[in-house]
Amino acid sequence: MSLLSPYFLSISNFLNILLATSVIGICAIGSTFVISSAGLDLSVGSVMGLAGVAGAVVMTQFELNWVFGILACIIAGGVAGFFNGLLVTRAQIPAFIVTLGMLGVARGAALLLCDGKPIYGLSNGFLFLGQGRPFGIPFPVIIFIVVALVTHYILSYTKFGKHTLVIGDNQIAAVAMGININRHKVQLYALSGGLAGLAGMIFTSRVNAGDPTAGLNYELTAITAAIIGGTNLFGGKGSIIGTFIGALIMGVLQNGLNLLAVQSYYQRMAIGAVLILAVWFDQINRKNS
Amino acid sequence: MELLEIKELSKNFGNIKVIDKVSLTVEKGSVVGLVGDNGAGKSTLMKIITGIHKPCSGSVLLEGQNITSITTSKIRLLGIEMIYQDLALARQQDISSNIFLGREPVKKIFGINLGLVDKKKMDEDSIKIIKDLGANVPSVKYQAGLLSGGQQQTIAIARALTFSPKLVIMDEPTAALAVKEVQHVLDLILKLKSDGISVILISHRLNDIFDVSDRIIVLRQGQIVAEKIKTETSMNQIVSYIVGAE
Repeated sequence: MSLLSPYFLSISNFLNILLATSVIGICAIGSTFVISSAGLDLSVGSVMGLAGVAGAVVMTQFELNWVFGILACIIAGGVAGFFNGLLVTRAQIPAFIVTLGMLGVARGAALLLCDGKPIYGLSNGFLFLGQGRPFGIPFPVIIFIVVALVTHYILSYTKFGKHTLVIGDNQIAAVAMGININRHKVQLYALSGGLAGLAGMIFTSRVNAGDPTAGLNYELTAITAAIIGGTNLFGGKGSIIGTFIGALIMGVLQNGLNLLAVQSYYQRMAIGAVLILAVWFDQINRKNS
Repeated sequence: MELLEIKELSKNFGNIKVIDKVSLTVEKGSVVGLVGDNGAGKSTLMKIITGIHKPCSGSVLLEGQNITSITTSKIRLLGIEMIYQDLALARQQDISSNIFLGREPVKKIFGINLGLVDKKKMDEDSIKIIKDLGANVPSVKYQAGLLSGGQQQTIAIARALTFSPKLVIMDEPTAALAVKEVQHVLDLILKLKSDGISVILISHRLNDIFDVSDRIIVLRQGQIVAEKIKTETSMNQIVSYIVGAE
């Protein structure tokens, strides 16, 4: 890539890639938790849009402090995820259907909240979250790395993380060993929604507006990043480090195509193709072992 | 002394009566063989004891305490363990994670409980437990799914014995094993008995049942049709109870 464009291997471009990856990377971390428990969350992109608009509404129409804006984003996302979890566990509806439905509901709710128009005029405190550069490092990159470290600790070293993998590996065994799988799954979907809300907050701050169309098709990239990172699509295996790298690969792919001035339509095709290829290779691997 | 007492237990799945007014007792340190045809209700009865299914009526008492309506994890804490026919192993997780599944030891950091699993203790204890069982596995960091059938059975048994249980229920523990491994499991059952642990053994292999049981209970269509001291019955008699000829 650096042969094709002299800008590719510079520190500032690396920070650019991290910055561009931060929103999608945080969504992908949520997807990693859900997918490694043999679930699926297709609603992250829409929930992200809803959360960003909710935060903007709280700050502009209710004229509340930016702290409440942050909380509104994360809570809106968490609540949407909580409902996903309740429907998956209590109503026993397949996660695919629940989160596909939520994809529509959340997007509609986002458009309804702001009457279809982006909300401008956010406070400076809020804008720092997406645009501030303490020590020259973009603030979203700091948030992304902190979230990745904390969730890596949770998934790999805590009871919560171990049980997540066990539920994905063998749900019947998890029940037999006394793990409360319904409560656990609700927590996982709420976590995925909450992280999508956090991503929505960063996005809103970066573009300086509560945009109801934010996060369109992000579920595709988030799931792809998790799968490239080694998360087993059928559950039981997943790591945040893998997803972090997977998200970076997606970021590099997009960044590279941008530097080469490839039309953005091709980028979407590339992301979709990468997802299919990643799962295909995984299947071949599984057959061989 | 009675360790486990089941009184008038019934369970329906929809309109189908799977367990019909079953009462039985298990004495401390005894091995009870539970036999019956497929669909007789053996596994369902055991899943009621371990709390996975809730009965429609009747009660389960452990040392006099009513445990009918408490959760699976609490019942495990009280000392009833079950080894499932399919072993209930998480195949992509390593051996020590499987042995401590659902009861991972937690270590505190600066006195704060952050839910951090004490992996080192898990690994060390797992090595010790497997050694005590006289078993052989390459490393406790191996994925459980990569082990042989007999080794996986050992992991399931090790998990059941980790927290000094009072009663161990085994559902077809020898069905998937090689002949040499079967004897090892039967020896283990007798070792448990000599340690004062009660065992309920479900098996289609009457040879195994007659090898280790003190008492044999026959279940047919959800009801107990016979309860015999091993020395007072024969394999032929038990078979005729199972198929309903007697």
